Amino acid sequence: MTTIEIKTQSLEPRRHTFGNIARRYGADKSASRYDESMLDLQADVNFHYRPIWAPEYEIFDKARTKIEMADWYTLRDPRQLYYATYNIQRSQMVQGAEQQLAFVEKRGLVDTVDAGWAETVKSYLLPLRHFEWGANLNSLQITNYGWGAAVTVPTCFEAGDRLGMAQHISKIGLLFDGNSGDSLDAAKDAWMNAPEWQAMRKLVEDSLVVEDWFELFVAQNLAMDGIVYGLVHDHFDAAGIAKPGGMVVTMVTEFPKTWFAEQTRWVDAVIKGVVAESAGNAGLVSGWFADWSKKAAEAMRPVADKVLGADGAAAVAAVSAALSERAKKLGIG
Amino acid sequence: MTRNVSITLQNTEDARPIIEAIEADNPAAVVVQYPAMVKIDVPDRIVVKRDSVTERLGRDFDLQEIHLSLISLNGYIDEDDDEFVLSWR
Amino acid sequence: MAKKLGLKQKYQMMTRGLGWDTTYQSMDKVYPFDKFEGIKVHDWDAWEDPFRLTMDSYWKLQAEKERKLYAVIDSFAQNNGHLGISDPRYLNAVKLFIQGVSPLEYMAHRHFAHVARNIRGIGPAVAAQMQSLDELRHAQTQIHTISHYNKFFDGIHEWRHMHDRVWYLSVPKSFFDDAVTAGPFEFLTAISFSFEYLLTNLLFVPFMSGAAYNGDLATVTFGFSAQSDESRHMTLGLEVIKFLLEQDEANVPIIQRWLDKWFWRGYRLLTLVAMMMDYLLPKKIMSWQEAWEMYYEEAGGALFQDLARYGIKEPMSAAVARKEKNRLSSEAWAIFYQYTHAAAFHTWDIDEEHKAWLAEKYPETFDKLYRPRLDFWEKEAAAGRRFYNNALPQLCTVCQIPMGFTEPDDPTTICFRESEYKGEHYHFCSDGCKGIFDNEPEKYVQSWLPVHQIFQGNCGGASVEDVLKWYRMNLGADNLDFSGSPEDKFWSEWHRTASRAEAAE
Repeated sequence: MTTIEIKTQSLEPRRHTFGNIARRYGADKSASRYDESMLDLQADVNFHYRPIWAPEYEIFDKARTKIEMADWYTLRDPRQLYYATYNIQRSQMVQGAEQQLAFVEKRGLVDTVDAGWAETVKSYLLPLRHFEWGANLNSLQITNYGWGAAVTVPTCFEAGDRLGMAQHISKIGLLFDGNSGDSLDAAKDAWMNAPEWQAMRKLVEDSLVVEDWFELFVAQNLAMDGIVYGLVHDHFDAAGIAKPGGMVVTMVTEFPKTWFAEQTRWVDAVIKGVVAESAGNAGLVSGWFADWSKKAAEAMRPVADKVLGADGAAAVAAVSAALSERAKKLGIG
Repeated sequence: MTRNVSITLQNTEDARPIIEAIEADNPAAVVVQYPAMVKIDVPDRIVVKRDSVTERLGRDFDLQEIHLSLISLNGYIDEDDDEFVLSWR
Repeated sequence: MAKKLGLKQKYQMMTRGLGWDTTYQSMDKVYPFDKFEGIKVHDWDAWEDPFRLTMDSYWKLQAEKERKLYAVIDSFAQNNGHLGISDPRYLNAVKLFIQGVSPLEYMAHRHFAHVARNIRGIGPAVAAQMQSLDELRHAQTQIHTISHYNKFFDGIHEWRHMHDRVWYLSVPKSFFDDAVTAGPFEFLTAISFSFEYLLTNLLFVPFMSGAAYNGDLATVTFGFSAQSDESRHMTLGLEVIKFLLEQDEANVPIIQRWLDKWFWRGYRLLTLVAMMMDYLLPKKIMSWQEAWEMYYEEAGGALFQDLARYGIKEPMSAAVARKEKNRLSSEAWAIFYQYTHAAAFHTWDIDEEHKAWLAEKYPETFDKLYRPRLDFWEKEAAAGRRFYNNALPQLCTVCQIPMGFTEPDDPTTICFRESEYKGEHYHFCSDGCKGIFDNEPEKYVQSWLPVHQIFQGNCGGASVEDVLKWYRMNLGADNLDFSGSPEDKFWSEWHRTASRAEAAE
């Protein structure tokens, strides 16, 4: 085939985008890949059969949440991720993370970490691989029951992210235990049995049976993550940074921390959009947020006490206050 | 009774050393070319050896890279660091 | 120095053990759907993960695939790649693809998230969620690739709207709706095993190779790139079946029933593919019959020999499919030729070279059964009486294809089957579809049958034109015969412009 460079009338496109996109734009003009990849992508009418496992619902059903939106496709992802950009960005992030892990391993830097602090880090960080697995299941559930590809595309990406985070934390454990896996076994035991983790595990298990998918979105992505990431990556990390080798921990947890900052932009945009839609939505989200953020703060208190001792209570209070401040900016009363 | 296992790869530069390695390591391989793809049938078992691909490629080959060229397969898979095997177990 | 971990160990440590048996909530409440189908699983840890893919590797591999794919998509658009296809008629296969297949990729994405969330084995849950991501990839890359064709060709611009409404698209839509409304294990048997493992090769491999042969570099690139994920999906399907069969003998009859059902459901859906291969591709790669023999009879045959040790038999209706293989595509083409005024793709009269190819590929059937009909239609069209059938067809309640298939042992008689349920009569194209209905009538009486819906006034009005407008069809452009269509005219014009441009250089 010859390359044809000439611009003439008859090689002009006959239309510029798909009909549904043009209707949304109000004109037939070129569309972004993000818009073409997700707008109206989910079937919304004429489903043939009801699920035999949930005959009270259609295959996709707006009644699966109490939230009401005139148009669910207004809940855009500010990162404008579609599959290609998602994977390319994540592969770059994970390559950076791998280089950091490799650097630490090659130079034996974990051995420079203060022994007592290393034990503490293992006790608060490694059980979080199970927290991430819970978050993975919740992201899948939202992808499963959510309405509209604007929301369920990024929630599926989040599912991949949370599995990736669980596995990244596992790698940190393997770094600490010389690839024996002993630290991961100990962390699972702590998650299942250690007194300081039981409230958190209960909260995660409670989230797994939440039926309203948008309540689950608020519970996981705003409330639980807000408390857990805030405590772990700011307060716990800060407590170790002055200790010998404390920086090593900061370095290997850079990936989850950077990821969370990016994730927050999207979570905030979705929640802000839902809250701004109506007073009814704002009331529902506020109620869910108040409930889950309080429970999350309470659940992390014993972990904070163990890591920070007398400063635990203040750290939990500070994280809760910062989270409430963030929620207020989203219109949550 | 022997049954064929089968692997289909894209007909690309990336896949070339893999196809060559399969032909070398599986003497009974029957290779058929189609537009843009190559189908390889072997009785009972096909092995793709990392070392054989590495040798032809001139750099370390990670067997998971095979996913970049794979189109289809028939048979049970077993994959580890050194070999990607398709067979009827 | 730490010991080095092999792939298996690394996967094991990073993945297994992430989940736990819940105690504050009961496992049955956390996983409410993985028991009601009667499937018994005693030991999820016996699950083998053949690919052992962790998320870090997944991101890297998929990013690499996407970089390559989008480079092709960009260059295709920049260089007016649509002018390089063998023949504009070829594009009708692409139209059918985005109208019929891409929405199913999206459905698969959503439902594999459901399965990943709802089965309690972590190995298959991880494989299923990667598949959920992959299927989203397929939907999005197909949209992005075909977006360029949409700028120049008809029938593509309302694919999403049409999929949920147009009569022939209820064939793929109802197929997938059927699968997702089943329990998680039936879904895996339906999609991962019956469709992905047994049948998907018939869609992607010959069709994509055909795309390459017809100069469609964009489609072949997304097709083969998608297919590279498909190998993982096929493996999930094969492992699921083997795992469930090994877990408990009581699973065997349940799986057998699902196999019988989903083989036939998938096969009927592939009728559209048979027509694409034998009639829509201007340059042909292999006939439907050849593809069926290679990918189903040979590859599937080897598999069913293997599964025989569990007591699994080849699907009940495979014998009928074997009898139909030399007529399926011609019967389908006859349906679409007659109803192309109501379809968002073109059909046309078959030229002599194409007829000769069909005669060579189908020596027992083509000259005797189908050539005379094609010749007659051609004559009618030449006399200005292009044949369109204005009567609304009767649809099979299960597969939803108009009744145009023939008796397994008599290719000259249309096959009709019927069942009665709660005083109502239901019609079927085959014993396979009737059997599916009879096993689960309460499900199939819910079918959104397009012709019924038209008669009930739910599709924009009473006239054909009203209905086509409700489909958002551009009348006179999306539908009718290729000959004389806007596309036909534009194609010649584009090529005149292109050759003038070359001459000027």
